[in-house]
Amino acid sequence: MSVSNGAEPNVAPAIRVEELCRHYRMGEALIRAVDGVSLTVPAGEFVALLGSSGSGKSSVLNLLAGLDRPTSGSVIVQEKNLAQLSREELARYRLHTVGMVFQSFNLIPNMTLAENVELPMRFAEVDRAKRDSMAREALARVGLQSRVNHRPSELSGGEQQRAALARALINRPQLLLADEPTGNLDSRTGTEIMNMVREFNQQLGMTVVMVTHERALAERYAQRLIFLADGKLVGDEVNSPVAAGSVAEGERS
Amino acid sequence: MKLPDLTELALRNLRESLLRNSLTTIGISVGVASLVAMLSLGIGLQQLASRRLMKSGLFDTVVVTSRRDLRNFNRDEERNGPAPGESRVLDEATRTEIEHLPNVLEAYPDIRFITELRYDDKPHLTMISALPSSAKSNDAFDSMPGSFFSSDTAPEVILQKTFAEELLGKRLARGVDETNVAQIAAPLLGKELTMRYAQREASTTSPPAASSTSPQDHDSSLNEQSVAESAYSVVSRELKLKIVGVADLDPESMRGPTRARVFLPLKLAESLHVMQPTDLRELSRPVSDQPVYSSISVRVKNPGQVQPVEDAIKKMGFNTFSILDASRSIQQFFKVLDVFLGIFGSLALAVAFIGIVNTLVMAILERRREIGIMKAIGASDGDVRKLFFAEAGAMGILGGVVGVALGWAIGQIINLGTNVYLKSQSFPPEHFWAVPWWLVGFAILFSFLVSLAAGLYPAGRAARLDPVQALRYE
Repeated sequence: MSVSNGAEPNVAPAIRVEELCRHYRMGEALIRAVDGVSLTVPAGEFVALLGSSGSGKSSVLNLLAGLDRPTSGSVIVQEKNLAQLSREELARYRLHTVGMVFQSFNLIPNMTLAENVELPMRFAEVDRAKRDSMAREALARVGLQSRVNHRPSELSGGEQQRAALARALINRPQLLLADEPTGNLDSRTGTEIMNMVREFNQQLGMTVVMVTHERALAERYAQRLIFLADGKLVGDEVNSPVAAGSVAEGERS
Repeated sequence: MKLPDLTELALRNLRESLLRNSLTTIGISVGVASLVAMLSLGIGLQQLASRRLMKSGLFDTVVVTSRRDLRNFNRDEERNGPAPGESRVLDEATRTEIEHLPNVLEAYPDIRFITELRYDDKPHLTMISALPSSAKSNDAFDSMPGSFFSSDTAPEVILQKTFAEELLGKRLARGVDETNVAQIAAPLLGKELTMRYAQREASTTSPPAASSTSPQDHDSSLNEQSVAESAYSVVSRELKLKIVGVADLDPESMRGPTRARVFLPLKLAESLHVMQPTDLRELSRPVSDQPVYSSISVRVKNPGQVQPVEDAIKKMGFNTFSILDASRSIQQFFKVLDVFLGIFGSLALAVAFIGIVNTLVMAILERRREIGIMKAIGASDGDVRKLFFAEAGAMGILGGVVGVALGWAIGQIINLGTNVYLKSQSFPPEHFWAVPWWLVGFAILFSFLVSLAAGLYPAGRAARLDPVQALRYE
């Protein structure tokens, strides 16, 4: 897998962002969380969005996820302009096209792992029997086959994030969005999760956009580093990730 | 999301905050219980009233009188019929004709007369009336001490309670009704009393009165002849009668002041040919052997048919009277009562409504993050709305079922308590509490709909929740 393939014109872009703005009004002040960002992400690329807190990287991710609507500009994912979709269509987009993982895992605490993982399939109205076997299969893929009936509180952080990954991928999305996925994990578990993300990226050809403030982590896994500051794009670098398997220790800051 | 999934998730969520949701559900069930209790009381009372009134014969009986009887119930509309002088008399032929009208069960002559009864060598004057054997089913004889007439011709009497008291020499102030009827009946049942009455005897063979009293009146020999044909003599007679029963209730409450206090079997009374008040009134008229009745009671299959039967009899040229109009206003009264009881019952449900709104709004605050997660992984506004609706609906159905059971139990307890009281007052037990199946269904459905309505605002609010905001909370 070469770094340069992201720039090759024969690969259709998975994401095209043009002059994207997201402004909030807070009392008298206008906050420009995202302020005129344009970028293109080819299908299958692993992109890291870097920046300090308040730089607008999470806001960009929410706009890509269809959880938020831009003030102006457009977000085109798989030929669909999210700015023009109805609330209903956005929900369907989140259900089928996007998988999300969060820093705080965001599993539903009163549901078992199996139930958490099959929840998106409930919204997609998949049959119960199929749902059940698929959830078990997905949990087995992240090594949690023995914990399907446990509740999130009975699990370690790493296990919870693995379950969250299984849930994010259950509807076979083309786009995985990760918001500081290792932020609440120690470096060893973080590495474990990142290796899984890379595996999905490489084996399933899934486009990955990861928000992080750890440059070292980004450099180790991402093919491209995008830097944001005050809602503006301030850097776009091609990166050569470290080969899978050779992982150093102690990157957490 | 599919309905089974929705229900499952809703029930799971309800189990999560068990205490709060249980309290809300109990609130709903108290509301439903009070609604059910109020309505079933209304329905029960209505059923009791109509059962009592139907059995009393008040509402399926039409009293027919001749228009010649000027003293009877002359209603305005009846003044338009044939003039009294030209109208028909109530005789056996008329009775048979009326009995063959559609929907008529029976038509029997009202034989009633005032006469003297001797008991213990003391004379008592009272109104006597004859009862057909069908009167056995009358409410008044339901739990009567003693029994109904053994046959339609048996020399037996049933006394009304007040007359029985008079025979025993007990004098009670009017309206005081505390004496146990069984106590009064005990010394009287099986005893005999003697009835003195005036019997009308047809004098078919050359009445001596006609020839001997008017020898000088030769101009009117033709008239004498016709008078002689209708002449009869009146003979005083005595008959011993056995007391078989003492009725607590008044089987003739419809008759008002002319109601009787002593009852004879109908066929026996007919065979006595007792002199009737109408006999005197019809004295000037040439009559056949057939007796003329002062009135005829017509029993109709059910109260609904009273009106057409009345109309048909009026067309025959008679006056009629029934208490149908009174029954209509009673029905109307109960409808109004039901509405009022329903409103009071619903007030409790209105309180429950606010409880549901409160619980669900609290649930939104508490489950803000969960709603955000669900939206992030693909739940639509509709999914979230439906989930909250399902929770409200589930609480409604649950509360409805528990409430109906609770309301039913309250009814049973009150019924039981009242019957214990009635028994202590030696009244027969009553069911004035009725929970018909339609009320069960209606109460649960109503509770469900009220809960859904209560879920409207919270569900809408949950659906509109901004997932970015919801997920920002840690």
